[in-house]
Amino acid sequence: MSKVYIALQDNEESHYIVEAIEEDNPDVTVIYQPAMIRIECEGHMVIKRETVEEKMGRDWEIPALHVNLITLGGNVDEDDDQLSLTWNN
Amino acid sequence: MSNKKLNMKDKYRLLTRDLEWEFSYRDRKEIFPQEDFEGIKITDWSKWEDPFRLTMDSYWKYQAEKEKKLYAIFDAFSQNNGQQNVTDARYVNAIKLFLTGVSPLEYQAYSGFAHVGRQFGGVGARVACQMQSLDELRHVQTQIHAMSHYNKHFDGFQDFAHMHDRVWYLSVPKSFFDDARSAGPFEFMVAIGFSFEYVLTNLLFVPFMSGAAYNGDMATVTFGFSAQSDEARHMTLGLEIIKFLLEQHEDNVPIVQRWINKWLWRGYRVLTLVAMMMDYMLPNKVMSWQESFEVYFEEAASSLFKDLARYGIEMPPYAADAIAEKEHLSHQAWSIFYNYGHAAAFHTWMPTAQEMDWLSEKYPNTFDKYYRPRFEKWREMEEAGERYYNPTLPMLCQTCQIPMGFTDMENPTMTSYRQSVYDGERYNFCSNGCKDIFDHEPEKYVQSWMPVHQIFQGNCGGPEMEDVLGDYYRINLGVDNLDFKGSPDEARWNGWHNLQSAEDKLKKAS
Amino acid sequence: MAVAAITENYVGERLDRVENFHGNQVLYVGWDHHLMFCAPVAFAVPPDAPFSKVLEELIPGAFSLHPEFGEIDWNQVEWHLNAESFTPDTNATLAEQGIDHKSILRFATPGLDGLKGSGS
Ligand SMILES: [Fe+2]
Ligand SMILES: [Fe+2]
Ligand SMILES: [Zn+2]
Repeated sequence: MSKVYIALQDNEESHYIVEAIEEDNPDVTVIYQPAMIRIECEGHMVIKRETVEEKMGRDWEIPALHVNLITLGGNVDEDDDQLSLTWNN
Repeated sequence: MSNKKLNMKDKYRLLTRDLEWEFSYRDRKEIFPQEDFEGIKITDWSKWEDPFRLTMDSYWKYQAEKEKKLYAIFDAFSQNNGQQNVTDARYVNAIKLFLTGVSPLEYQAYSGFAHVGRQFGGVGARVACQMQSLDELRHVQTQIHAMSHYNKHFDGFQDFAHMHDRVWYLSVPKSFFDDARSAGPFEFMVAIGFSFEYVLTNLLFVPFMSGAAYNGDMATVTFGFSAQSDEARHMTLGLEIIKFLLEQHEDNVPIVQRWINKWLWRGYRVLTLVAMMMDYMLPNKVMSWQESFEVYFEEAASSLFKDLARYGIEMPPYAADAIAEKEHLSHQAWSIFYNYGHAAAFHTWMPTAQEMDWLSEKYPNTFDKYYRPRFEKWREMEEAGERYYNPTLPMLCQTCQIPMGFTDMENPTMTSYRQSVYDGERYNFCSNGCKDIFDHEPEKYVQSWMPVHQIFQGNCGGPEMEDVLGDYYRINLGVDNLDFKGSPDEARWNGWHNLQSAEDKLKKAS
Repeated sequence: MAVAAITENYVGERLDRVENFHGNQVLYVGWDHHLMFCAPVAFAVPPDAPFSKVLEELIPGAFSLHPEFGEIDWNQVEWHLNAESFTPDTNATLAEQGIDHKSILRFATPGLDGLKGSGS
């Protein structure tokens, strides 16, 4: 199974997003590198709006992810409630 | 009108697909004249999917937010004299290479996407290209802006646009993009959307930028990551266009496969510059070129090609050649620039003893065996006051235009030579990849503007090399070029930090 | 199809045809396994120059900085012209012995293995 990944700028807002990702995807590996956080997972990963909002304690929209996003790998599917990354192999 | 907020999918449909209209009195072929000549068959543009479903209103909203964050950091960096807080002034030379070699490509990308965004018959693809075009313009602007601060304090930044069009090593990235932009619209999308965004920018903007942060350069890491946040969208678009082409018609498969082969190799060759930036130009090391390559090229490419296998797409044959070179590439690249440091608009140097030990540790199979002896010889010559510069111009590859410094991986001290004869003339290459690219479209690459040949033809001024370097390239000789040791950059840096140059120390001691 | 182009039968301008070099041709020379010189080098040289010019002028100018250069026994040197084994004739011109525009001339010096035997 190939790894999907996402990298975020290492800042306050991202910490909440990472927390949410860890909660929704128990199998992720989180790697801290200078100024960035790389999160990888076998096959599939999802970022859910609701979980991020809960961690942040305020409203948050999926496209706001772009502000802190550095890169990603996998097929993207995005709607109002979630963004997922998948490799079908 | 109701106040109900539209959901993302509806908004995307209204603000993107609904912008399309039927062409009632003109033939589609007249409107999109470049859609056919590459042999690509599109049966249904409506099958195009934009995975991010980004609409113009949210595009502006989030791009504005990115810019606000970015400029706050630029301001803080300059107010805080950030240039004095990088690890070492040698590091800034990587940024010079970035401004002269990479930022102009962002401009080329802007212009290229504006062009293909007009040529596609599908509205989804047109809107995506328009946004990407705007992104790329933002990238070149923010990069120039960020680096203008360094221009106040270091040499070599002042004439980047002029240099990009003329200087020998900058013809490598420049010709890469010229090649893509002079191709048809679909090949451009595979070249830039896929190869450049998927393969190249990830290696440049992720591990190198993380390294910039580790070297105290908050301005660069911030523009890098801010640009890369758009690139994540661009990569996704690049992957999308490939899947779209493959799903549209089976006849597209071999064409796309050939483009992937070609552009993966073209992009990888441009990465030669990034390899040496990683291993030699970052004083504080995060990861080696080889390690970054394994994560962002090998691992990423293998996931990707496994995913594309269901369309009949295979891993390009040259990927194995690239992988075989990973323990050599950065050392060969640095050797080239050290040889021709008198002809470069940035400084070069020999790694310190400690840095060489790091290279030995990271490259246990190659560094001590093949590269350390030459580096130690060069160090010795430098210490004797005879810093080594190669006195003769190098032979270049007709396709990638890099000096022929690559070797045969079966026999790593033997230069890799390839040759074709076309229409009665010899053409020379560094690799199978570069030769095959030429052989497939020789009428394109007979036109390569090869810097060394142009000098011989008298098209770059002269008669002396100083005239070419000083007047034609506009390198400030004795200031921008030569070794870091003894440079005005070094003297200024030492002044800021009350350091003595090694040379002064020796003088005082004797 | 020699290129995918909008124009049918597109022909590209040959930027490096020999006529553009003002009476010279391009010659590439590489010293095998001596990568202190990072790449083979390029010269613009008249096709009617004798091979002795390559031997006595161009090669020393390009490669004499290497500590092994003085040790080369020129009678033992192995030559290749465009990947074929080659025996130069010092007095004949380049053109007379088939060294044409953009040819690659390689020389190997068995027994001299580069700095500390590293091929550099
Ligand atoms: Fe960009
Ligand atoms: Fe981009
Ligand atoms: Zn090449």
